[in-house]
Amino acid sequence: MSIKGKAYIMGAYEHPLRDAPDKSTPQLHAECARGALEDAGLTKDDVDGFFCAGDAPGFGALSMIDYMGLKNVRHMDSTETGGSSYIVHVGHAAQAIAAGKCQVALITLAGRPRQQKGGGGRGGGGGEPAPEAGFENIYGGSTHNTYGMCAMRHMYEYGTTSEQLAWIKVAASHHAQWNEHAFLKNVVTVEEVVNSRMISDPLHLLDCCVVTDGGGALIVTSPEVARSLNRPKVKVMGAGEAPKGPRGGLDLDLTHSGAVWSGPRAFAEAGVTPADMKYASIYDSFTITVLMQLEDLGFCEKGQGGRFVADGNLISGVGKLPFNTDGGGLCNNHPTNRGGITKVIEAVRQLRGEAHPKVQVPNCDLAIAHGTGGSLGTRHGSATVILEREA
Amino acid sequence: MSETQEKPALMTRPIPAPVVNVESQPFWDAAREGRFLIKRCVPCGKAHWYPRAICPFCMSGETVWEESPGEGVIYSYSVMHRSPTGPYAIGYVTLDEGPAVLTNFVGVAPDGLTIGQRVNVRFQDTEGGPPVPVFAPA
Ligand SMILES: [Zn+2]
Repeated sequence: MSIKGKAYIMGAYEHPLRDAPDKSTPQLHAECARGALEDAGLTKDDVDGFFCAGDAPGFGALSMIDYMGLKNVRHMDSTETGGSSYIVHVGHAAQAIAAGKCQVALITLAGRPRQQKGGGGRGGGGGEPAPEAGFENIYGGSTHNTYGMCAMRHMYEYGTTSEQLAWIKVAASHHAQWNEHAFLKNVVTVEEVVNSRMISDPLHLLDCCVVTDGGGALIVTSPEVARSLNRPKVKVMGAGEAPKGPRGGLDLDLTHSGAVWSGPRAFAEAGVTPADMKYASIYDSFTITVLMQLEDLGFCEKGQGGRFVADGNLISGVGKLPFNTDGGGLCNNHPTNRGGITKVIEAVRQLRGEAHPKVQVPNCDLAIAHGTGGSLGTRHGSATVILEREA
Repeated sequence: MSETQEKPALMTRPIPAPVVNVESQPFWDAAREGRFLIKRCVPCGKAHWYPRAICPFCMSGETVWEESPGEGVIYSYSVMHRSPTGPYAIGYVTLDEGPAVLTNFVGVAPDGLTIGQRVNVRFQDTEGGPPVPVFAPA
């Protein structure tokens, strides 16, 4: 059964804090939930579906449902695919709504990596170490150097350059200057990016996203509930998800992400193509993450991502594909090191016409939100949703 | 003009003890003897990495340890500069048997690595655990 048109995103909220020394993590989750409910015009007693991932404290969904006093929940999902989890959750919420399992789904993300030494990170799991731990965790792998390996291989195979990668940060910074909440608001140049400190080659400091506290939440509802609310309706048109890993070491390919599978699934369900997209929210943990996903989603041919992003092509009002108009993870907000929910939130703003006027895409009626979570270099989850404004 | 070029330091990195479980114990026992083992599946014939009791290709439980010379080429790498113990290189080696292995590169300067370069295995002592495989230019 297709989810096309079976659910609507009716509430979205991004926590304004980027540093939250005086709030607990469950408090941030609940503040985001309250913000998204107010945005939709609903109350916590309307929530009958709850979705969260590994950033939720304690027993995850169980702890948060109890903390927030949600008493009408009849559907729970805590699928954990890193930063792409919340995009997965939009698809899963639409499925649950289409199946009659719930009518008002709440999705939350929150955390305080800036308050915790070493960063928040993956969360979730617990119990035994990963099966690969003994053979991999000993080598000092981090997001920086595993994504660095991807960039290194992409450059080797396709001739991608540091200057091309830098254009992605430049575009994000052009958007972030208009966002009062953005962690980094200064416009940067290609030269500033490539001359910034080398972190793990070929990735420089300015190829990396920000580390922020905060969070976000979404409300996904049935068509009946959506019709009863006095808000612009953002329809879920299609969703795709996919895992990718080294597969026994015989299928290691650091130049492709799981978007090669999740993207086509979402486009097919929605019945649209990349060329139809007026706006793109693309997960941006690093500049290379954006470049690979744009290729894998079909916005350009494989290996042409460097040329595609160059010369401001991702800048709203300037280029062909406006992306991450809130400044994205690269400049605005990457709460709890897994900011996937912010991809959906800015897509909703664009489709409602509520983005900052300086970056609002005219007549924005069709948008994509896409994320990669976990580690682009080793094991990651990929998730894509296609959203449409309903007149 | 005869300026003495200062040689860049060779990379090393302290490595913590690996997690060892019943499934991986034979690998670490061999590592203590300086032998590098990989796993191969009897029914489908394919070698895989990291070693598992159940074949990731056909799900057979009939997998056997096989000694490997530990030779291959660099698939990709990245030198981490933000490190309290000095720069270190992480990367993947595609073994001649096929599978790609995540590792650290040692005994080489930070600018001495290239994709496609031939490397081979050696074992480095860890903090209180068995030695672990690392690779260096052949
Ligand atoms: Zn097999």
